[in-house]
Formats: sequence, C-alpha cells, structure tokens
Amino acid sequence: MFFKKTKSTIRDIDEFLDTIDQGILVFKEGVKYYLENDEDNFSKNLDKLYKLEAKADTIVLRIRNEFFEHSLIPQYSADVVSLLDHLDDIIDTAKENLFQYDVEVPDIPKKLNSEFSKLTDVSCAAAEAVIPAVRSFFNNPSSVKDNEHRVYFYEKETDVLASDLKRKIFKDTKHLKLSQKIHLRYFTLHIEQISDRAEDAARILSALEIKTKD
Amino acid sequence: MTLFFLSSGLFLGWSLGANDAANVFGSAVGTRMVSFKRAAIIASIFVILGAVIQGAGATHTLGKLGSVSALGGAFTVALSAAITVYWMTKFKVPVSTSQAIVGAIIGWNFYNGLPTDIHVLSKIVSTWVMGPILGAVFAIILYYIQHIYFKVVGIHLLKQDAYIRFSLLLVGAFGSFSLGANNIANVMGVFVSAAPESYLNFGLFKLSGVQQLFLLGGIAIAVGIFTYSKRVMDTVGGGLMQLSSKSAIITVLSHSLVLFIFSSTSLSNFVQSLGLPPIPLVPVSSSQVIVGSILGLGLLKGGYNINYKILGGISLGWIATPVIAGVFSFFALFFVNNVFLIPVSSENGNNVITNKILKRNKKGIDKDTKSITIPLTDSVNIDSVNSSIDSVSVESNDNHGVAKKYFDKLKIKSDSEDKNISKYFNLAFILAVLAGLIFFIFRWLNSMYKRNKLILSKNAQILDAQKALAEIETKYQLLENQQMEDLLNYKNKELTTMALNLIEKNNFLELLKAKIEEIKLETNDLAIIKKLNNLYLLISQNQNLENDREAFQMHVDELNKDFFYKLNSLYPDLTKNEKRLCVYLRLNMSSKEIAALTNISPKSVEMNRYRLRKKMNLGPDEKLDKVLQNL
Repeated sequence: MFFKKTKSTIRDIDEFLDTIDQGILVFKEGVKYYLENDEDNFSKNLDKLYKLEAKADTIVLRIRNEFFEHSLIPQYSADVVSLLDHLDDIIDTAKENLFQYDVEVPDIPKKLNSEFSKLTDVSCAAAEAVIPAVRSFFNNPSSVKDNEHRVYFYEKETDVLASDLKRKIFKDTKHLKLSQKIHLRYFTLHIEQISDRAEDAARILSALEIKTKD
Repeated sequence: MTLFFLSSGLFLGWSLGANDAANVFGSAVGTRMVSFKRAAIIASIFVILGAVIQGAGATHTLGKLGSVSALGGAFTVALSAAITVYWMTKFKVPVSTSQAIVGAIIGWNFYNGLPTDIHVLSKIVSTWVMGPILGAVFAIILYYIQHIYFKVVGIHLLKQDAYIRFSLLLVGAFGSFSLGANNIANVMGVFVSAAPESYLNFGLFKLSGVQQLFLLGGIAIAVGIFTYSKRVMDTVGGGLMQLSSKSAIITVLSHSLVLFIFSSTSLSNFVQSLGLPPIPLVPVSSSQVIVGSILGLGLLKGGYNINYKILGGISLGWIATPVIAGVFSFFALFFVNNVFLIPVSSENGNNVITNKILKRNKKGIDKDTKSITIPLTDSVNIDSVNSSIDSVSVESNDNHGVAKKYFDKLKIKSDSEDKNISKYFNLAFILAVLAGLIFFIFRWLNSMYKRNKLILSKNAQILDAQKALAEIETKYQLLENQQMEDLLNYKNKELTTMALNLIEKNNFLELLKAKIEEIKLETNDLAIIKKLNNLYLLISQNQNLENDREAFQMHVDELNKDFFYKLNSLYPDLTKNEKRLCVYLRLNMSSKEIAALTNISPKSVEMNRYRLRKKMNLGPDEKLDKVLQNL
C-alpha cells in the first residue's frame, strides 16, 4: 500500500533527473553544432530538446500530484516539489536558449567560437553537477555537500568567463556593429542563465538538506 | 441501574480516549504522516485489545490503593476523575487520567475514614516519576539506534518516508495496546466489584466478567478517540516541540515501551523468574511518559527546540489533576451519600463526617443518662478498651496464655498505631490538598489578573498606535488631496493656456491672410500675386485648426476623466459636446473663446449654454460656471 506508490514516485524522480541531464547534454551539443554551422544536427538537437523539455514537464507534474495526493514526506513535500520545479527551469532555459539561436541566428565571429563553446561547457557543468547532488539528497543526504560545492564553483567560473567574453565582444571586435555586439552580449547572458538556474536549485537543496537533518 | 452507575466510568473512558490517544498518534497526525481517520481506527482496535487481554495487572494495584466497595462510590469516584480530566482537556492541558483516578480514590478513602496504603501510593507515585525518566532514557537510546540504522543502510528518502509511515502505524498500534492495557485500570478499575460472574462465550474465545467490563471501557475509550481526540492531537503534535516524523516514531515507541513494561504481567513474571524484583504493575500517566520522551529528544538536541511555556502548562496539570480530583471526589461523595442517600461504601456511615455527627449525638445521650459508654465507631477507642480488658485478664492465665495474650496485645497496639498513622496521614493529605488548592486558585487568579492587565495595556497600546496611524493617514490623505488639487489646477491652467494659444494663433493667421488679401489688391504684378497666393495657401494649410482642436479635445478628455465621470453620474443625458462645453466653462473660458475653439459662432455658444442650463435644471440664481467648478 505504502511501498507501491513510493516505488513509482522514485522511478519518476529518477526519470526526471535523467531527462534534465540529457537535456543539458543536448543543449551543449546543439550550441556546438551552431558554432560549427552544422544546421542539420543543430535542428535535430533542437527538436530533441523540445521533446525532452515536454517530457520533463509531464513528469514533474506527475511527481507533484503524487506528492500532494498521497502526502509523501509531508514536512518537506513543498520544498522537494520546489526543487524539482527549479530543475525543470534548467531544461526550460536550455530549450529557450537553443530556440533563440534558431530564431535570432546570432552572427558569432569565428574568433569568439572557442569562448562561446567554453562558456557553454562551464555553464552546463554547473547544471550537470546539480543532478548528482539532488540524487544524493534522496539516497544519502549526508553526501549532498560533496556534489553541491561543484555547482557554486562552476557558477562562479561561468560568471568570470561571461565577463571576459563580454569584454572581448565590446573591445576586441571593432569590426562589429554596436547592434551585433549587443546581440552577442544577450547570448552570453542567455548561456549564463543555465548556471544561474542550477545555482537556484542548489540553494533550495542546501536548505532542504539542513531541514531534513535530524 | 448498574449501567447507570457505569456511565461515569464510561465517561472517564471517553475522556481518556479524547486525551491520551493524542500521546500515541498525536505526533503522527500532527506531522501529517498518518491521517486522523486511520489513526483513530487503529488506536480504537488496539486499545480495546490491550484492555481486554492485559488490563488486569494495573487494575489489581489500583484496587490495593482503595477498594471502592459500593457501586455508588465507584460511580462518584469515576465521575470526579472524569470531570477533572474533561475540564482540563477542555483547556487543552494534556492531563493524566491515572493521577485523576488516584486523586479521586484517595478522596474516597478519606471520605470513608479508611487508611490509604502508603506503600501502594508511594509505588504509584514513584512510577509517575519513573515513567517520564524511563521515557526520556528510551527515547535517547532509540534515537541513537535509529540514527545509526539510517546512516548505515542509506535508504531513499521516499522509501524512508514509507517505512516511517508504516512504523508509525505499527508503533501506534503497540502504543494503543499498551495504553489500553495500562490505563483501563483508571477507567474500570473501581467497578471491578460490579463485574458479572458469568463468562461471555464468543466461540473462539471466552471473556470473563472483568474482561467484559474492560471491553465496555475500551469501547468508551474508542468513542473518545473518534469524537474528541483530534483537538488534543493538534496540541501534542506540534505544541511542546516540533517533531520530525522520525522523532515521532521514537517518542511513541518509548512511550509504548514504558506503558507496556508497567502493565505486562508476563514480563513481570519473567523478570521475577530471573531472580529480579517484580516490575510494579501500575497505571502510569501516558501524558507524562510522552512528555518525558519528547524532553529526552529535546535535551539530546541541545534543548533549544523545547517550548518551555507549554511544558510549564503541562506540569501545572500534573500537580493540579490529583489535587482537584481528590477534593472533587470528597465533596461529590458527601453529596451523593447525604443528598441522594446512595451508599458509597459497603461500610456506609463509617465516614469522617457522619462519624463526627454520630459522636456528637452520642455525647449528648451520655450526658442525659449519666452512664459510661464507649463510642463504637472510633477505632482508636475500641483498641484502648480491648487493651485494658487484656491487661486485666493476663493475671489469671498460665505462662503460655500470658505470652499469647502479650503478643496479641502487641499486635493490637501495632494495629492501633498503624491506624493512628493513617489518620494523621489523612489529615496531612487533606491539609496538603487544601493548601495546594488554595495555592493554585490564588496563582490562577493572579495569572488571570496579570494576563488581563497585560491584554488591557496591549489593547491600549494598539488603540493609541491605531489612532496615531489614523491621524497620519488623514494628514497624508489631506496632503495628497492638496497635491492632486494643485496638479489639477496646474493642468487646467495648462489647458487654458493651450486653448488661448490656439485661438491666438488662429487669429494671427487670419490677420496674416487678411493682410495678404490687402497686398494682392494693391499690386498688379502677376508674379507677386502668384507668390502671395502660394503664401496664402501655405498659411491656410498650416492653419488646419481641426487637428489642433482634436488634439486639444483629446487632452481635455484625458485630463478631466473624473469630472466626466461625475457629470455622467449626475447628468446622464448630456451629449459629448455638452460635456465638453462644461469643461470649457469649468476652465473659466468666455463664450468667444469657446466659439473659437469649437469653430462655432459665439451666439451658438450662448444657445448651447442656455440648453445646458435647462438640462441640468438650474435655477435662475445659480450660475452655470460656478456649479460646474464646484462639482
């Protein structure tokens, strides 16, 4: 009676975390394909990300319903659901960003490709680090901190890289128009958002870890 | 009639269910791990089972404290305890039924002039002290076991939740069983003498008379759980200390273990078989044990999480309960015995008050007959008479007889001393009860007075603050109104200026056009005339008053929204042009200016004003512009 529902919810949570993880990988690949002008693969990745995002939304809704309907871990259910919502925000942001690449087609100079690629990698690393932290919260709360500090580290790294890139865009690319520069700056900000969302989720995780500690 | 007498016990059972079920399932329900309905069903079933299967041990001990021998007395004792419990539950104080019934039984002993067995009483009171201590110790041990288990095993949080939920039900069932086994003595213990002799055969098992009585008490407890325990569960669940679901299991399990230990005959026999002293089977205060368990956990975590205010309230209940129940029982017995003439003891009439009355009557008779009589009802005097008879007869007996008589004399003497001690004890008890009662009433009144004073002063402060706030708000409102008015005046002036500029510009351009016409008449040069015509056309195009007028009117409409709203509500029949006319009049514009703005003749403006007055039903003494300005 108790365990049947629990098992299905655990499965859902695992599936949800897998989906987010895959979404981040697909986003990272998508940006790389864009920078390499590989339109076909970029479109495929965008399509894949759309599907993953929709799947994540469906699962998180199902988990939320299960939590409140069966009053699972009633003392922390609101926080856990909020944590999952924040994780869902990561994939939402990733999808939105890749979609913006598709619609706005930013003209990224070749010499900035490596910077953009690196920024994407580091920002995604923050998001990737939050997934094992969340998994460990459910399985072994005492080890949350081991994974959690990576999120904060990558988030700060992302900020540094983004600042450098912005400086480069405005100072070292004199051949670009101001409108182009502003456009590129916006894309830098968009990529930064992924690590910001990961940091938000990590903050909720920290609070939850303290709350559940006996 | 028996059922009527049992009603007070059933009422006490109901009170116990309403109050003590919260000790078992309060934390689980409070943390929303178990629904109240599920908790109530499990608690009811297991309380009944515990009462029927294992309720005899503690009942036996309670019977030793004071064997309430008449049904009327049992009814009154149980009723006193029940009313005490109900009254304290009403004030949301987790009260102990054990203390209430013990207080009430001592009240009965005192009323009937019977000695209270100090040995049994001290055994019961010691368990009141031991109960919470043991609860705290068990809670600490169980906490460590649980902590290590979860650390080593590392279960998924949701699985942990499921296990905890299941454990809460399991532990709750065990707790309910122990509660029924231990506390049924409080509910039905005094009625044991009224239990039927016959067995009730259910086929698979048989229930003895006492078990039938306990079954009835268990059902009463179950009714109490279903009807009233939710309120108390809310207090216990989150009142004393915020409990996590893991801590809830520990507290309930430690509570259940303590109750089980003090009610299990088999466990006591087992301990005895090991050569250890037997465990006293005593009704323990369930509330005290659970509080002890929670305190144990709280202290383990540094004690900062404990709500000491509620703890104080609970402690007050512990002391007040037996005192109130004892006094209430004493007076209730007197009332039942003397007003309803219902016997409250098998040796009725042998109570403190009636003894005194009898003594007084006897003295009166003695004086009249001038004969020496022995007051029969006073046990001490009987003893002294017996001893004097013994001393006379000792001389006429042989040695063996002397020794026998001597030992009998000693025995009587020691009995007499025991009775004296119990008499002093009773006296000391009533004095203590009265002193305690006076102290608590005084404290209660004092705290009520202080609380009322505090509430009054706080109310006064709130009132002052509200007044000050209202004054500030009024000032702010006035200031805001003033600002709005200034802004409106400024905007209106701006509008007037704009309108006048428009008119002046128009007039100026008209003047220019007239001058061009004049120049055209004075010259015959075709080239100049052509240029003048072009200039005239340019001016005419530039003049295009219609656009300016529209812009102006839009501006007017935008700025006078409120004014239009008021006009609409007061004079709903006005047309759009009439409303605009009202705005111009409000801006104090003359008919000529309005005519220039609206591109109509001044005479038409006058006519429109006249029609407006009629529509607005203005009297001959009322000025249209003044009315509009004051609107």
